[in-house]
Amino acid sequence: MNGMEVPLWAALPAALLLVCGALLSLIGSLGLLRLDEFYARIHAPTMGNTLGAGCVLLASILVSSALAQRPVFHEVLITVFILLTSPVTAILLMRAAIFRTPK
Amino acid sequence: MNAILPWAIDFALLCFSLAMICAVLRLLRGPTAQDRVLALDTLYVNGMLTVLVLGIRLGSPVYFDIALLIAMFGFVGSAAMSKFLLRGEVIEP
Repeated sequence: MNGMEVPLWAALPAALLLVCGALLSLIGSLGLLRLDEFYARIHAPTMGNTLGAGCVLLASILVSSALAQRPVFHEVLITVFILLTSPVTAILLMRAAIFRTPK
Repeated sequence: MNAILPWAIDFALLCFSLAMICAVLRLLRGPTAQDRVLALDTLYVNGMLTVLVLGIRLGSPVYFDIALLIAMFGFVGSAAMSKFLLRGEVIEP
């Protein structure tokens, strides 16, 4: 537990970003559970995938930069990877759903 | 005042656990196969974010590599399953 050593100027925005990202991911997954059709359901988790992951990765960058006393940017790799790959999966899944739906 | 970060980390872990439970329920219930693939996609993203938050909490750089590996293999798995649903074959000759 290293929450005590993080300075306040980094801890406050990191906590705010963590709460926002966690709530966005929870709302996205709740939408995945509650919506009633596949074409409506595929919209919900994209919010958690992009904005929620972006918030949590930004909080991680802030905390690790504050702990290392220098800018640390290697979490940008995961952000770029998620932003590149989640539309590919969504397009493939949507085409599979259109192909498999009985006319 | 500086105890706000551990509180936020605990709250985020709770929210990600609930989100993973929702995804698992959709994975078990899902009427069609593409619903299950979508639930698996959501599940791996939420698991990756959980690992990242644990990395913030424990202050170890190892968790970043685990999260990167989960992201890469999760994308490969989701793309392979979607391709299988689309064409009936993953790697076509």
